[in-house]
Amino acid sequence: MSEGIGASVKRKEDKRFITGKGKYTDDIRMENQAYAAFVRSSHAHAEIQGIDASAAEGMSGVIAVLTGAQLTGDGIGNLICGWAISSKDGSPMNMGAWSALATEKVRYVGDAVAVVIAESKDEAQAAAEAVDVSYSELPVAASIVAALADGAPDIHENAPGNVIYDWELGDGDATEAALASAAHVTEMDITNNRLAPNAMEPRSAVATYDDAEDHYTLYSTSQNPHVARLVLSAFYQVAPEHKLRVIAPDVGGGFGSKIYIYPEEIVCLWASMKTRRSVKWTAERTESFLTDAHGRDHVTEARMGFDADGRIVGFKVSTKANFGAYMSLFSSAVPTYLYATLLSGTYDIPAIHCEVLACYTNTVPVDAYRGAGRPEASFVVERLMETAAREMGKDPAELRRVNFVKEFPYQTQVIMNYDSGDFEGNMNQAMEAADWAGFAARKAEAANRGRLRGIGMACYIEACGIAPSAAVGSLGAGVGLWESAEVRVNPVGTIEVLTGSHSHGQGHETTFAQVVAERFGVPLDSIQIVHGDTDKVQFGMGTYGSRSGPVGISAIVKACDKVEVKVRKIAAHLLECNPDELVLEDSQVKVPGTNKALGWHEVGLAAYTAHNLPADMEPGLKEGAFYDPENFTFPMGCFIAEVEIDPGTGKTDVVKFVASDDFGVIINPMIVEGQVHGGIAQGVGQALLEEMVYDESGQPVSGSYMDYTMPRAEDVPSFVVEHHNTRCATNPLGIKGCGEAGAIGSPPAVINAISDAIGNNDISMPATSAKVWAAIQASGTGMAAE
Amino acid sequence: MSTVSMTVNGKAVSADVEDRTLLVDYIREHLRLTGTHVGCDTSQCGTCVVHVDGKAVKSCTMLAAAAEGAEVTTIEGVANGDLHPMQRAFNDNHGLQCGFCTPGMIMSGIDMVNRYKAEGRELDETAIRHELEGNICRCTGYHNIVKSIAQAASEM
Repeated sequence: MSEGIGASVKRKEDKRFITGKGKYTDDIRMENQAYAAFVRSSHAHAEIQGIDASAAEGMSGVIAVLTGAQLTGDGIGNLICGWAISSKDGSPMNMGAWSALATEKVRYVGDAVAVVIAESKDEAQAAAEAVDVSYSELPVAASIVAALADGAPDIHENAPGNVIYDWELGDGDATEAALASAAHVTEMDITNNRLAPNAMEPRSAVATYDDAEDHYTLYSTSQNPHVARLVLSAFYQVAPEHKLRVIAPDVGGGFGSKIYIYPEEIVCLWASMKTRRSVKWTAERTESFLTDAHGRDHVTEARMGFDADGRIVGFKVSTKANFGAYMSLFSSAVPTYLYATLLSGTYDIPAIHCEVLACYTNTVPVDAYRGAGRPEASFVVERLMETAAREMGKDPAELRRVNFVKEFPYQTQVIMNYDSGDFEGNMNQAMEAADWAGFAARKAEAANRGRLRGIGMACYIEACGIAPSAAVGSLGAGVGLWESAEVRVNPVGTIEVLTGSHSHGQGHETTFAQVVAERFGVPLDSIQIVHGDTDKVQFGMGTYGSRSGPVGISAIVKACDKVEVKVRKIAAHLLECNPDELVLEDSQVKVPGTNKALGWHEVGLAAYTAHNLPADMEPGLKEGAFYDPENFTFPMGCFIAEVEIDPGTGKTDVVKFVASDDFGVIINPMIVEGQVHGGIAQGVGQALLEEMVYDESGQPVSGSYMDYTMPRAEDVPSFVVEHHNTRCATNPLGIKGCGEAGAIGSPPAVINAISDAIGNNDISMPATSAKVWAAIQASGTGMAAE
Repeated sequence: MSTVSMTVNGKAVSADVEDRTLLVDYIREHLRLTGTHVGCDTSQCGTCVVHVDGKAVKSCTMLAAAAEGAEVTTIEGVANGDLHPMQRAFNDNHGLQCGFCTPGMIMSGIDMVNRYKAEGRELDETAIRHELEGNICRCTGYHNIVKSIAQAASEM
């Protein structure tokens, strides 16, 4: 079927975007709309001694200046982290208080202190400048090293030494014993650089309070509007859920940064009640750098031991993770259950132990960014494999081959149970597509041009669709991680699918419709996907962690199952046949080989007219379902990067990039490949270009696109994306998920290629020209090439 | 305040705006043509690209007053009835995901094809990637944007 599962159908949603008719939050203008501008701390750590708003209050257009004292006085609660992690000793994590508007102390540059509501954006910003906040500066800890140093200032009273938790996973004794017995141990210190997510659409909120109904409406750039409503209601006490509607209209990219509920949404809602005006706030790009949750920022020591045949015997990882100044919504889960659990990689490792020390610093909060923990794990595992191969004089591909998990299901030493895969198959496919065998000739040819050419591989594995709910609950999650769906067949046979997943670039309006079109044998154009509005969709957990395919679509399939049962009963009743004889195809419900057939629309009409339904059947044709997965899914793949380096400058060009992924069953290959392209570009950005930098005083020094290097079109090549798929064994369609894979596997592939080119394993991200040039000087390869 | 008049998408428009009003704010807030976006404060991202007198301009970098009397085309005005070949090419090649950078990409793409054609130069992949210096996309990795512009270049 040309429109069903496996077809590269062009996207249904494109028309509004290519004609400029998309409706993003900042495009919304309410009647009676005012504008918010935040007064933000210019200090990384300081006591607030006083706020003088008198000058601002008298300025043109100013409606109100509101502070944290008023906010907490009105009973608005603190922001929370929703995943409880305990330390090795059983003590709970040290979560410090986070008020949407700081009251006593500011803890990072950008921390909001007050908000101005004014008639225009310009007036609000001008008045925000005029709010006089007096600070008493405190010593600053702007990095992991500074925060954990003796005598470091305590950022939160209840987190002595700035430690949030000191957590572990795996068997420490067994791992140390294995490493002691190893024929070879590879040791590395690895930094995973801090990144700013940089969805192209800045965050935005438009809040409206209706005092006649005591009801709030929030338009928000959210990846999960229902979770936003839940948290805004249950924890922040902004409004009860039935009095709060959250709408996430078209959202311009998320990459994790729009999962969280930020101070600005809370304040806009509260301010709309205080001022009886609609209140709009849209971040400027520098405000995005200052306030969007950052990603990564790990410092790791790792040791991997091998026996004489090159088989891994043990793997020890000690990581320190920077959480920034406050614990963001999912922050605690990222370096624990989304990181340490993936440290077995694609390999059979008999002993693994991981320790994670999480700490506060005077920087913006850090949380999940595309991949969230899994890129960090993949980077550690794949850098060690590559370096170990070089140290032992083995071929990096062969070392991986020897150690691959080959039988499924496979229980790792770090919780995960891999259900399916053919890891060698993906590696073979990637090596063939990359012409691995022909690399030596390309390297020689590049050397003739005075260029250093290198090839690097990474065999990543990741985990999508965090689940099942009972299991994640036992690990500390504050929410269930199922998904909901409702399938409504209208009396004329058209179909509305309401999903709790949220699309902010993923193409759900097409992909989800393809699943339903194939299932019922109806045209794609007769199906509408509805999402992103808590008044329309009953509930949902939103889109992150590549969960919309494996979890969101599975919920739709479950709802379709129920609809189909009813369709068959109605049709069998009308056609006087057995429900099992019927097939659904070509917009008909029919008994093959007979003239017994009803149009799909006739079944819909029969359900709603209810003139002739089976006894005891309710009218209507609408079913809902909640799907709770039985396991994570495990997409994996092999990425191969080839780089060329100018030894005179250290400038690195990625000249070839090949991906072979196993995503299970693919609904729309065009969309899946697009997801991989974007992920790879983000990973190349992390590897070569991107870093969020703070100076020692906690001032961000990469706070705009003048300073933070986003990948441009010239920084990446065209990609070769192939698939070698094995069906996921744990969900109805066999889908594994594809949203994050590109960003997970590409950084180690690129860095491995650079270290291959320059003959130096000591190269960190981002591998800027200066760093690569210095590494070339250290290894002497530059001279050799010339 | 000054009265600023120009032609936008073929229609004469006029509005009283503060002197500091940027062209992008004039387009978005006064004309309510919200297909033109703002993605940065530093003229880097290119989500605000429009055509002024036939040339691609970052509308966040130009005062509305500087466009007095100009012919301005935004994403809402590029199609002549059906889709413009550049718009269709983005749909054909999955050249967009979240759609936020897309209007700027399409406006830059049309401009680049027009310039290369006028100069008789070949717009190959290397040239397209170079020309996209001023347009940032976080979703697509540029792969399909490059394909889209190449397709449109062969059709325009």
